[in-house]
Parts: sequence; C-alpha cells; structure tokens
Amino acid sequence: MFVDFFYLLREYRIFPSPTEFLDLIDVLSQGYITSIREFYFITRALLVKDESLYDDYDAAFLQYFKNISVPVDIRKEILDWLNLPLDELLARFKPDQKELDEISLIEWQEIQQKFTQRINQQTEAHNGGDFWIGTKGRSPFGWGGMHPGGIRVGGFSGGRSAIQVAQKRSFRNYRSDRILDVRQIQIALRKLRKLGKIGAQTELNLPESIRLTCQNAGEIELVWEKRKKNNLKLMLLMDVGGSMTPFTEMVEQLFSAASKANHFKNFCYFYFHNCLYEYVYKDAELWEGEKISLEYLFKKYDSDYRVVLVGDAAMAPYELTMRHGAIDYYQQNETPGIVWLKKFKKHFPHSVWLNPELEGPWIAQSRRMISAVFPMFPMTIQGLEDAIIELMKK
Amino acid sequence: MLGSTFYQCSMNFDQFHGAKKYIVSSELRDIVNVAIALQRPLLVKGEPGTGKTLLAHAIASALHKQLIVWNIKSTTKAVDGLYIYDTVQRLNDSRFGSKTRNVDNIEDYIRLGKIGQAFTSEEQVVLLIDEIDKADIEFPNDLLQELDIMEFYIPELDKTIKAKHRPIVIITSNNEKELPNAFLRRCVFHFINFPTPELMREIVQVHYPQLETQLIEICLTHFYSLRKINQLRKKPSTSELIDWIGVLLKAGLSLEVLTEKIPFIGALIKKDADLSYLQKYKSYLLNFVNKQ
Repeated sequence: MFVDFFYLLREYRIFPSPTEFLDLIDVLSQGYITSIREFYFITRALLVKDESLYDDYDAAFLQYFKNISVPVDIRKEILDWLNLPLDELLARFKPDQKELDEISLIEWQEIQQKFTQRINQQTEAHNGGDFWIGTKGRSPFGWGGMHPGGIRVGGFSGGRSAIQVAQKRSFRNYRSDRILDVRQIQIALRKLRKLGKIGAQTELNLPESIRLTCQNAGEIELVWEKRKKNNLKLMLLMDVGGSMTPFTEMVEQLFSAASKANHFKNFCYFYFHNCLYEYVYKDAELWEGEKISLEYLFKKYDSDYRVVLVGDAAMAPYELTMRHGAIDYYQQNETPGIVWLKKFKKHFPHSVWLNPELEGPWIAQSRRMISAVFPMFPMTIQGLEDAIIELMKK
Repeated sequence: MLGSTFYQCSMNFDQFHGAKKYIVSSELRDIVNVAIALQRPLLVKGEPGTGKTLLAHAIASALHKQLIVWNIKSTTKAVDGLYIYDTVQRLNDSRFGSKTRNVDNIEDYIRLGKIGQAFTSEEQVVLLIDEIDKADIEFPNDLLQELDIMEFYIPELDKTIKAKHRPIVIITSNNEKELPNAFLRRCVFHFINFPTPELMREIVQVHYPQLETQLIEICLTHFYSLRKINQLRKKPSTSELIDWIGVLLKAGLSLEVLTEKIPFIGALIKKDADLSYLQKYKSYLLNFVNKQ
C-alpha cells in the first residue's frame, strides 16, 4: 500500500529518494509504528525534509487516507505487504531512469540487498523492546512510561487522529509558492553573490608561509592575503502607486530585506510609476523627491550591476508605445516607454522583472510586451529564486 | 498524563536560565526514537525559542549520556569538527623549540574536534551540532561522509578514526540558509511548530508550578495577541514568555494591573523599532488583533 503513497507524494511535488523510503520500510517492518497518527508524523519526518512541503504532504495524506478505512493497527498490513515475493516487491518499487541516474548503482544495489535482508528478518514479529517507544517498550520516551525519567508528553493531543491533524493544514503558511516574507527574501538574496578578493591583507596564507619559512632556513616568514568578499552590486527599481498599491507591503518587504542584507558591495534603489521613462525617482512619493535621469543612471552605474525591477507591468498599451504616453501628466515623455525599457536592458544585461500579480487569464497586453524585454518572474519564493539564478548567469 | 516528567539535570543554560524542565510533543518524541533507531542524524528546525537546542540536552539527560556540543559559527569549517592540525604552533616550535611537544611527532599537533571526540568516546554520546545554517552553504555537504559512515581519515597521521559507538546526532537549524538535498536525505527531519496555547500553558506550569491559573491565562492572552501582530520584526518566543513571567512575579504585580496593560514589555519585545511601534499603536493594534 505504501508504494502508492510514495508515488502519490511525487504527484504532490514531494520527491523522497529511495534511500529515504527504505528508512521508512525499515521503521515499519520493525513494528515501531502502531497507529496512523504515528505513521503520519514519522513518515513526514523521514520523507519530507522541508517544512514548506508540509502542506502538500497534508494534502497528499488526506487524499490517500480519507477515502479508505484506516485500520487502527496498521502493522498487519505492513507485514502483509512485506510478505509479498521479493521480485514483486522490487518491481513495485522501482525508480525511474532519472532517479537511477541520481543515485549511484552501488547505492541501488545496497538498497536491494537491504530489502532482501529486511524481508528475511520479517519472520519474527517485533513487539516491545528496550530501545523503542512502542506500547510495551522500556525506552525513556515510553508511551507507557516504565522508564523512571522519560520525557513528559503534552497530553492534550494524544487522541487526535492524524487525519484531523492533516485536515487542519496548519502548515499552509510555510508553502514555498506563497508570497514572500522578509526573512525568506533574505535567505534567497544570500544566493546573490560573486566572490572576489578585496580589502586589506588580513588572512594568513599557510602553505605559502610554510614554503617561505623553509626557504628561509626556518626563520619564520608569514604571508598574508586579502579576504574573499562579495563583489556583487544590486539595484532595485520599484513601481509605486496606482495598480501597485495593493502590493505595497510586499514591495516594502523586498526592499527592507535587500537593504538589510549587508553582503552586497553596493546597493541602490529607485522608484518609478508603471513604466520607465526619462526619469526615475529617489523617493516613493515620486514627485516630491529628487528625480534622476536614466542617462545619468547609465553613466553612474556600470553594466555590472544586477538589477531587479518590481512592478505589475499592468498598464494601457499606449503607455508603452506612445510618445507622451506616460500616465502621469508631468512625465511628458518624448520617447515611448518600451524604448526606454529596451535601452535599460541593453545597458544592464543582468536585469530581471519581478511581478507581484500572479499569472492568470487576465494577463495584460503590456505584461506580454515587457516580459519580452525582461525575464519576468512571479514574486514568490520560487520566483525570486529563479530570478536570482537568471541574474547570476554570465 | 502520558509518560512521566523528566528533569533537566546538571546542565548549564546560559541562554535558557531558569529552564529546568522540558516538555515535548508526542510526535517529536516518536521522531526522536525513530532517529535513534535508524541511527540517523535528527535535524530540527523551528522559530527561535521553540526549544531546539534544549531538545538535545533533554535527550542526553533522559538517556544518561554525555552531551557534546558543537556550536557552529559563520567561520566554522567542517574539518574543524573532525580534527585541527595546529601548523602555526608546529612552525613556531620548530623555530623556537618546545618542552612539552615533540616537533617530529605530528600527533602532538593534532587535536580532535567535537565530532572526533564523539567518535572516540568510550561510551555512546549525544552530539549536538547547533545552528548548522550559520556556516557556509557548502558546510553540511562536507560532513556527509563523516555522519553517514561515522569515520574519517587524518592524512597527516595516515590514520582512520572510526566511531567506537555511533553517537546520537542532533542538528539544529534556524533556517537562515537552505541545506543541501544530499544532506537532508540522510537526516530525519522535524519542524517544531510554535507551541499551541495548550502546550504553552503546560510549559509555563512546569516552570512556575505555583502560578495561579488566572494569571497564566492573562499572560498567555497578552503573549499570543502580541504574536499576532505581523508588523513586529521579532515576535516574542517561549523563552521570552518564561522570562517575562519571572519578571512579573519578582515585581509582584497584581491581576488588576495585568488586565489593564502589559508591564515590563521590554522582556517580551527586544527590538527598539518594535517597541516604539507598539508604543505608538498599541491600543489600536491589540484591539484589532483581538477582534480577529
């Protein structure tokens, strides 16, 4: 029965490896899991290694166990399953070619061997034991508490079944396709790095010191060198006002994460409205702050900068294509927005566009046009990670 | 009550002062046992203050085993945990001589790291690798082999150190960096959810058995409403709640005062920005949050 579950997990984009599955079989076959609740938590601990996947796991678990009657004691079922002829068992649990490529051949042989071993051991039933919790164990973590100093269990939750736990879907907040929070953005931003040797010579180069000391007939000669540091420069351009208002908080979070991440060599940010034209602004209140022409921007910031533009890219097509098309009267652009965007991309080849509005059938014409210029990613953790990979391409 | 209480013995808790007892959820207890049975490292993640580090201490004292703690810093390298070859000392000794060490004997300059100590211990120990995510992104990958087969090779001595008894390995992570998949595959993983009010009540009771129920309820209400304010940069956690109640008890505040306001809020909220934010909008925020 669990092979189906294994594959169901894969449908839910959780990809446990055969090794991990084998661990589960190990635990199951030793008779440690006696209730569906234990099955729920232990399987999760063994197969799902990322809390952002817990919600998917809950969903898969529900789908799998909701409609079949769950025996209180699942041990018999496990034993039945393990008593199948070995060939059949292995045939049921066969990784596809891609997985076989991932795990080494030796690893796979080892798995097969362990499988066989396990099944041979299966003739003796496991009950109790000094090591395990179980129901009859003498372990300090005991259910029955025969060990003098076991860990006390929060007693309230014992009766709740695993299905109910799964139904609560309490890990929904940890989903990775959910909209970002500051900390997660920071984690993602850490991947933006380009190491180079800069600064004062503060690190001892040991091999070189030894070599020179030997050459010096034992008179100690210390060699110092520069420390490796992140050489990456980041520019953030944010669309504010109008249709971006609902996303203000999200953009603020990205901004605060980026400005707090002190591992960049340089970090600068500007604001714009809807589309880039002649000017960008130093202040989110656009017109009240200083305005900076794109030409100046191109002069001051070299093409080595990694640029992240944030905007919903939703506007009337003429705002992109027409002279004087800018939605703000004061802008009076002589050059159409799309031309500016292309110029910008030409100067800053490492630039991406993050879009907080999720994709859907309502996708705007303008969005299509902009995503033809800039690689566009949704503003989710996954999207940000993909965007960073794009930024780090040479 | 299922199971029985178990006490934290003679451990030194600098950051958890006052914490003497540990309450664990049933699922975490099961998972700990699975990890021990499978002889796999247990990786624990969760918000700060959910008792990740304390878990290792609890396991060690429950199983009456020695605990070896390896605190990871941003500069820690994987090999530091295995052994340290003090070349600079040897270089120095070769020039200036030493009374206690023999320069010709490399072994005199090799010291075992925390993993090395755990492997060579005469009894099984609990090894805590604390905050593994603080180190470089590649760090966990460098430990794969060592944690898997529990042995490592010292080229300088042409010697392999093999674990006499496989240690019980507990690894904690604050989620600052992603851990590599190959590493994750070898661990048993558990994410400690923030304690529910029910569990929190028990935790508080364990720490302050004499506390009146009414007082606990008010404290918990304040605590969880503060936690509901998403604008806070650092939400108060369990250890802060325990500290705060300790402060309240010392100050001897009455129930009436507590109902009206949150005294000594500095014990709960640690960031200046959060404090000033709260002072400005407190009444409004709490009203709003409590209505939700």
